[in-house]
Amino acid sequence: MLDTELAIIGAGPAGMAAAIEAANCGIASVLIDEQQSVGGQIYRDVERVAPLRGAMLGQDFLDGLPLAEGTHSPLITHLAGAVVWQVEKDGTITCSVKDQARQIKAQRILIATGAIERPMPLPGWTMPGVMTVGAGQILLKQSGLIPNKAVLIGSGPLLYVLASQMLKAKTPPLAIIETQTMGDLTKAMKHIGGALRGWRYLLKGTKLLSALKMGGVKRYTGASNIRLEGEGAVASVSFQCGARSHTIPCDTALLHHGVVPNVQISRALQLDHHWDAQQACFSPSLDEWGKSSEATIFIAGDGAGIGGAKAADLCGRIAALKLASELGKLDEENLQQRAAPLKSALLKENAARPFLDRAYPPFKDAQSPQDKTIVCRCEEVTAGEIRKTIALGCQGPNQLKAFLRAGMGPCQGRGCGLTISTLFAEQTGKSMQEIDYFTIRSPLKPITLGELASLKQKDVERLF
Amino acid sequence: MNTNFTIIGGGVVGMSLAWGLLKHGHTVAILDGSDGSFRASRGNFGLIWIQGKGAKAPHYAKWSRLSASLYADFADELTEATGIPLGLEQNGGFDYHFSEESLQKTVQSYERLKQEFDGDYPFEILCGEDLRKEEPTLGPDIVAGILHHDDGHLNPLKLLRALQQDVQQMGGTYLTNRHVVDVSKTDHFTLTCADNETFHSERVILAAGLGSRDLGPKMGFVAPLEPERGQVLITEKLPRMINRPSVTARQVDEGGIQIGATNERVGYDDGTTIDGIAFLAAEAIRTHPFLAKTKLVRSWGALRVMSKDGLPIYQQSQSMPGAYLVTCHSGITLSAVHGKLLPSWFDQKNDAPNLEKFSEDRFRL
Amino acid sequence: MKTASGFNSLEDASGASQSLVPVRFDGQDYMLPEGANLAASLLTAGVSVFRNAPATGAPRGPFCMMGVCYDCLVNIDGITQQACQTSVEANMNVCKPATPADLNTEDDHA
Ligand SMILES: Cc1cc2nc3c(=O)[nH]c(=O)nc-3n(C[C@H](O)[C@H](O)[C@H](O)COP(=O)(O)OP(=O)(O)OC[C@H]3O[C@@H](n4cnc5c(N)ncnc54)[C@H](O)[C@@H]3O)c2cc1C
Ligand SMILES: Cc1cc2nc3c(=O)[nH]c(=O)nc-3n(C[C@H](O)[C@H](O)[C@H](O)COP(=O)(O)OP(=O)(O)OC[C@H]3O[C@@H](n4cnc5c(N)ncnc54)[C@H](O)[C@@H]3O)c2cc1C
Ligand code: FES
Repeated sequence: MLDTELAIIGAGPAGMAAAIEAANCGIASVLIDEQQSVGGQIYRDVERVAPLRGAMLGQDFLDGLPLAEGTHSPLITHLAGAVVWQVEKDGTITCSVKDQARQIKAQRILIATGAIERPMPLPGWTMPGVMTVGAGQILLKQSGLIPNKAVLIGSGPLLYVLASQMLKAKTPPLAIIETQTMGDLTKAMKHIGGALRGWRYLLKGTKLLSALKMGGVKRYTGASNIRLEGEGAVASVSFQCGARSHTIPCDTALLHHGVVPNVQISRALQLDHHWDAQQACFSPSLDEWGKSSEATIFIAGDGAGIGGAKAADLCGRIAALKLASELGKLDEENLQQRAAPLKSALLKENAARPFLDRAYPPFKDAQSPQDKTIVCRCEEVTAGEIRKTIALGCQGPNQLKAFLRAGMGPCQGRGCGLTISTLFAEQTGKSMQEIDYFTIRSPLKPITLGELASLKQKDVERLF
Repeated sequence: MNTNFTIIGGGVVGMSLAWGLLKHGHTVAILDGSDGSFRASRGNFGLIWIQGKGAKAPHYAKWSRLSASLYADFADELTEATGIPLGLEQNGGFDYHFSEESLQKTVQSYERLKQEFDGDYPFEILCGEDLRKEEPTLGPDIVAGILHHDDGHLNPLKLLRALQQDVQQMGGTYLTNRHVVDVSKTDHFTLTCADNETFHSERVILAAGLGSRDLGPKMGFVAPLEPERGQVLITEKLPRMINRPSVTARQVDEGGIQIGATNERVGYDDGTTIDGIAFLAAEAIRTHPFLAKTKLVRSWGALRVMSKDGLPIYQQSQSMPGAYLVTCHSGITLSAVHGKLLPSWFDQKNDAPNLEKFSEDRFRL
Repeated sequence: MKTASGFNSLEDASGASQSLVPVRFDGQDYMLPEGANLAASLLTAGVSVFRNAPATGAPRGPFCMMGVCYDCLVNIDGITQQACQTSVEANMNVCKPATPADLNTEDDHA
């Protein structure tokens, strides 16, 4: 068992910044991540990749270099390739490194496990060749792979980011099929004031769009009735824009309609969560420092609520300062002084969110999929089966899991949990808060029984 | 709403009773708790288990065996009505032993039961190659297995789902988020829920699992019930590796291997502990060594509903005639007798089973 | 299933010289870059089906590439692993994980 003052789970911008800020205050931390190198989603493998194709990936990617380099501090122990599969309230973290169990005992824990892409169940989305836009980006960043004949489907800035990177690499997507409508943009305009305060994002968005236009990338907006078609692998996508139907042949279809906090660990710890209507996701309930309903556990970055990489960095630092003060390394005055500029930068950073959230809302057809569409990929459960079971008086997501196995597979409901809660709310008229979410249990990721058995310390009572 | 019967609790016990009463022509409403309630019916091991049961209470052994013998028909009826196969297998089950000593001790108690049943207690002891031929994946530490031919298993979640569906198909009313807080009797029963909604019926059955402990005394029952935690593991789905179930591990109809279960007195805590699940994993690997490389997908804890002596309770209230308490710690095993035989007990028909020994008198002495 | 890859690799163009090592997938031999992401390398090599979904046997391949969806599950030297979270090592023996459908063939026990 490794003892530490502070354990940070996740080495994306939030986790890296927190570790660096904590080190600045003299706190030794253990930085745990399942990936082999630091960087998280946006700065994935940045130290190795930056010299290879930094220019193509752009400044937003290169911004991660100083952070990654900052983690090479004697006060920061980076535990790489370590999959956290259990976190306990007493500060014990259990993770799996090459199928061996490792345990860490921390006085304080910061969860910085980021976001996952919002599930986007569409007809045909389980076929090989259908992936997420995030996956497309990871393939490009980490492995230098670009799909030859790809379409991008959904909504949100990430579609433009990937399309423009593909364009720079001279393999642009065949088309971007966007689900947001002009109406969404009109609604979003009400929040343009905030967005102007976060003007960098608007500027970036406009630049991206004009680059795509110049590059001849075809965009369709307000798309509906989207189907992925093919025999055993995706071969085309069909959809409608207004009265017109379109079919585009493709090898690869990349889906995306936003990201949502990865709440596996905070849910397993049964921390308080609330429904965030603006971002249409469950978020952990935190104070201004990122402290959760459990006093020794903090959460920062996209896992605390979607804010993007810069906000994640700031949240990570703010949490680290508070942790330093609680660990007796920073007095109250210094805490406030050092946190103040970070907090005002965070406000500015978050100013564009209300605009973005409304301009690129989740795709309705994917939030409430057609009856035949598979919702739970692991157990292959369709929306129709779920609706039928709800109609039989099934109480909630946990009873449904027992009846249909949806959420019982290896992904532990990451890919269907939100859709299932939404289907309940739709059919019963109850609020999302009331419906709530799956109960998450360890292991958070599958481990071998051999690894688990290696942790046996004593016999536990058993009758037989 | 006015029905012949209102059942408090929609776990496997309450639903089996509702199913049987509907078959007997009664009108039935079931009031059930919420998604987060403690539910043994959702977290159990799915065994229809006979061996070892009732070593000190032969009437319990008989009752359990009766249920096992009715199960095939019961399951067929449910599957026919709902289209849900229950994954029922009754090819016997194993109790494995790592030492000669524990084997002999168990065999002695089975021999006594065999006498109770006039020789009809079908178990055999397998060891060495005979045993490995039946279960090729067993580890070298196992010296013997007791194969009891009455044992079996099914998918308990599908059982509950099928009961719930068929009860509604037969016209039963199943209502959730109805937490009953009070029951009173005039010429009929009035049940009051936490949100003050009321229900009326001629008779009431309390089958609320651990919830019966609070409501029981208000209805004139002793209801000496305690939670007992069982931690359970389930692995990734595999081709057939384990032929017959044991109390250590069984392969479920969908392919996963279920490993169980601890018996812990920890109050109302249904969480898991590293100590608990690591111990279960180690025991399972010792029994089936291939499991060391198998991936664990999920673990959970669930609370058993334990009466003071571990035996079922079937009791009509003396202060409120027409109110009944039904509870047991092996609700899956007993589901068939509950569905098929208890209705005539409620109606005091000639063919009603004699359940005197399961009354609460035993706690009042 | 080996088909022409739907992906273009920039890695060669960038001149990164990774040594190639033998990896077996479903009985076929491949030369893959050592240390590279296993899922990405198999996709480049033209493998698109990594597993069959346990319930219906439907073909599946990598979906999220970030360890969330488990559709890239493969059996590596006897243990089921996420290909997208694994680095290529020499002489890995990789195959599609067995599914309960294989159950029927061995299911004739008494
Ligand atoms: C696929 C994807 C691609 C994205 N691409 C972009 C982009 O190009 N541009 C942009 O502006 N924003 C992008 N975003 C959003 C961006 O990732 C976030 O705004 C930012 O990275 C949040 O930082 P973070 O530190 O909160 O989390 P992350 O950067 O997501 O870091 C979380 C880290 O936690 C680790 N982790 C999670 N669970 C465990 C566990 N159980 N055990 C061990 N480690 C664990 C992960 O491996 C990861 O490294 C993307 C998001 C996703 C999901
Ligand atoms: C780990 C474990 C393994 C087991 N293995 C086996 C096995 O292999 N074989 C076997 O036969 N048995 C097994 N059991 C036991 C079996 O699961 C139980 O006997 C059975 O599920 C009990 O069912 P029940 O309906 O009494 O209780 P529950 O399933 O707990 O249901 C009680 C219901 O009552 C409701 N309720 C509670 N209070 C109120 C109220 N005031 N108003 C309205 N509704 C209320 C609850 O919401 C709940 O739905 C196991 C149990 C556990 C925990
Ligand atoms: S591709 Fe989703 S987990 Fe590997």
